[in-house]
Amino acid sequence: MKDLDFTPAVEVKSVVKIYGKRRVVNDVSFTVAQGEIFGLIGPNGAGKTTTIRMMMDIIKPDSGEINILGEHLNEAAKNGIGYLPEERGLYKKITVLHSLVYLASLKGIPAHRAQSRAEELLKRIDMLPHKNKKIEELSRGMGQLIQFLVTIIHDPRLVILDEPFAGLDPVNTELLKEIILELRSQGKAIILSTHRMNEVEALCDRVLMIDVGRSVLYGKLTEIKTKYRNNSVFVEFDGELGGLAGVVDVKDYGQYTELFLDGEATPQQVLKQLVSRGGSLNRFEVSTPSLNEIFIQVAAKKQ
Amino acid sequence: MNKTVLILKHEFLQTLKRKSFIIMTLAFPVLGLLGIGVFQIIQGVETPPAEAVSIGYVDEVGIFDGYREQYQVELTPFATAEEATDALLDDEVSEYFVIPPDYVTSGAIYRFTLERELEPPDKTIAAIRDFLQSNLLEGQTTEEITNRVKFPLALYNTVLDESGQPTDEQGGFGTLILPYLFSILLLMAIFTSSGFVLQGLGEEKENRIMEILLSSVSARQLITGKVLGLGAAGLMQMVFWLLSARLLIELLPTGISEAIGTIEISPSFVILSLVYFLLGYLLFGVLMAGMGAIGATARESQQLSMVIILPAALPFYAIYFIIENPQHIISLILTLFPFSAPITVIMRMGISEIPAWQLALSMALLVAAIVGSLWLVAKVFRTFLLMYGKTPKLGEIIRLVRQA
Repeated sequence: MKDLDFTPAVEVKSVVKIYGKRRVVNDVSFTVAQGEIFGLIGPNGAGKTTTIRMMMDIIKPDSGEINILGEHLNEAAKNGIGYLPEERGLYKKITVLHSLVYLASLKGIPAHRAQSRAEELLKRIDMLPHKNKKIEELSRGMGQLIQFLVTIIHDPRLVILDEPFAGLDPVNTELLKEIILELRSQGKAIILSTHRMNEVEALCDRVLMIDVGRSVLYGKLTEIKTKYRNNSVFVEFDGELGGLAGVVDVKDYGQYTELFLDGEATPQQVLKQLVSRGGSLNRFEVSTPSLNEIFIQVAAKKQ
Repeated sequence: MNKTVLILKHEFLQTLKRKSFIIMTLAFPVLGLLGIGVFQIIQGVETPPAEAVSIGYVDEVGIFDGYREQYQVELTPFATAEEATDALLDDEVSEYFVIPPDYVTSGAIYRFTLERELEPPDKTIAAIRDFLQSNLLEGQTTEEITNRVKFPLALYNTVLDESGQPTDEQGGFGTLILPYLFSILLLMAIFTSSGFVLQGLGEEKENRIMEILLSSVSARQLITGKVLGLGAAGLMQMVFWLLSARLLIELLPTGISEAIGTIEISPSFVILSLVYFLLGYLLFGVLMAGMGAIGATARESQQLSMVIILPAALPFYAIYFIIENPQHIISLILTLFPFSAPITVIMRMGISEIPAWQLALSMALLVAAIVGSLWLVAKVFRTFLLMYGKTPKLGEIIRLVRQA
């Protein structure tokens, strides 16, 4: 029994999808463990949605293999997955509660259980009073939240979210992030696919970055960040910055300054020197590039 | 519960709530009732007894003197055409005619009137004809012969079957009108229900709910559930129509029912109507699902669906031919060709017996066509459903179908 828990939630091996002459997904491989948030990131048109659709068995890969929760996707396994597609919507003329119950029943949940679960979830996002409204009467943001509830109402072991934050205001974005973290703490595997890379940085344990159908970066977010570190620090210091040992270049941005270190010096050594100089140090930050910046570096290297 | 059944139930209940479905279902009996009501109101209105019309005539032969009182027409002799014209202008007669001296050999009658008319009114013609006949035959023969010359035949028709006995189906307007009416209703029922398949898929595509559905159920489950659910609603509509047709016939005022003759909805007619509704609907429903998947919007799908609606309406173009030649090879082909079979069979049933082997073969071909199209549509369904934005070109469709 214990072994089962270590079955990867998703296993994608050398998957290829060709449309016409274009290789939309070109030899992409990755695994997603249970209980982790996995970021599938890349710019628009990189092949993220196609990869997900192949995982969901909505389209067939031209070659490669995909295992979901340890087996090839079959109709029964679909009940264990919650999928929020990028192109999403709901029946407009049907009430919130009915939509949730009907779509949950298609995931194999009996109506009475779906009903109580729907009310519980609506309560969680403070939308219980809207349960008898028709979908078309809701605001766009509310509709998005209901859409998200549809994705998780059947308590899936694997949750796939394609651009989940599109169309949400900052408050609802935070609410959604909160729920995603809750889901992780319940041991569910979550795949977040987005082109807004900075938005998911804080959430993801591991990421796969794809660009024009190819996998360009894959691994733990912290390791990737360390690898692509600029080897520089940001400081706000109202004293003399010249002549610091190990600093090869200084770039003044007005409010703050970026110090570029040589290969030998560590940020700690620079910090020590600054402190020993006296004067007030308001900020000292090791520069870690954002995912956006890393992507631009990686993409530029490929060219 | 089985997912197909869940979709079936959902689609069935949602359709019953559709306004267009409710209106369509009620329209037929309501229009029928209205028709009967209007007829009875018109019947109830007392039409004032028509005043006897006065027609003048100038007899230049000299034998047309008697029988001047015809039905609602009074004939007034004048000595000359001038006198008759004066009487006409003074409104003493509404028209006059001249019987020329050579009438007996030429048959010519010259009629003069102030009215512009498309053709002389039947009543006038009949009155003049009777007046002329009666006077011509006066004293030539017996009154019976005179009457027979006026009404030479009172026709009684009997259709015999192969054993020489009168058959149940005696033809006539009544037996013809019902299949004709029902073939129209059948066409409407088939295309409203399969239209809902088309519209439903179009909406799901436009609402972008398709991918969510496909992440829970297979394409085959989705098509089957949808087509069967909407079919159940259509079947209910058809049964409702059949029942209300029975009721309406009971309500028919005697005036109409006598005119039409005996109308009977035989059990075999009901059963065949329902069977052909089901088969026809299933074929078109599945094909409409395919069209719904291919078109980018509900409107485009509707345009595409004309391709399959036209062959279904084919029997209507050939209706006179089918009525006159129910056993002709072309009627047979239309009976067997799956697209035109439902309508043709219902039409032919009113005219003549359809051999059992033809019915069996046409049903078998329909079933084969249904299975074939379900197989084909399920194959391409997913590919097209997720193609948002544009309707693929014919070449692309063929290529994608081949690849699937």
